[in-house]
Amino acid sequence: MYLGKVIGTVVCTMKNPVLEGKKILVVQPLDPQGRPSGKPVIALDSVGAGAGETIYWCRGREASFAWYPAEVPTEATIVAIVDRVNVKEKATTDKHR
Amino acid sequence: MLLARVVGTVVATRKDPRLEGKKLLVVKTVSPDGKDDGNYLVAVDTVDAGFRETVLIVQGSSARMAVECKDRPVDTAIIGVVDTVHLDDEKAVAASARK
Repeated sequence: MYLGKVIGTVVCTMKNPVLEGKKILVVQPLDPQGRPSGKPVIALDSVGAGAGETIYWCRGREASFAWYPAEVPTEATIVAIVDRVNVKEKATTDKHR
Repeated sequence: MLLARVVGTVVATRKDPRLEGKKLLVVKTVSPDGKDDGNYLVAVDTVDAGFRETVLIVQGSSARMAVECKDRPVDTAIIGVVDTVHLDDEKAVAASARK
């Protein structure tokens, strides 16, 4: 699982019926210090994350287990909203803001 | 999941029988701010996407969970036609996309 930050939203009218009612967000992956790492990804939201929030997300087949036993075609899902990250080498960062 | 733009079609006469009736499209991946990433993929279309439309694609085993793709040899599926992408901070994305 990876840390990330919600940086945008995607709107689709025509979509696979299984995706109806699910929020699609643009996520910028972050490293533990809160710096952007890598390209933005498109992720489904299972927890009600909002703009600018630090979240963690999982990728791969496991991403669809957030809606188990429903089979949702997603390979990236936001599974939690991060309150705080404690990293031993560095000082505690609050919400990466 | 990735954003991509439809740039062409694929026609295959001899194929796995479970792919019969499926539309195969050539898509080029794009970043959320609309710039080309330069990667081409062949994807199975499940939403009647058209030429030059921006679409949402899903890769890997999750692609088989899309309606119409169950138990078929598919690892990239188009699962949505994108209307709009809203970015909170365009500058932040433009910077990260350049990496």
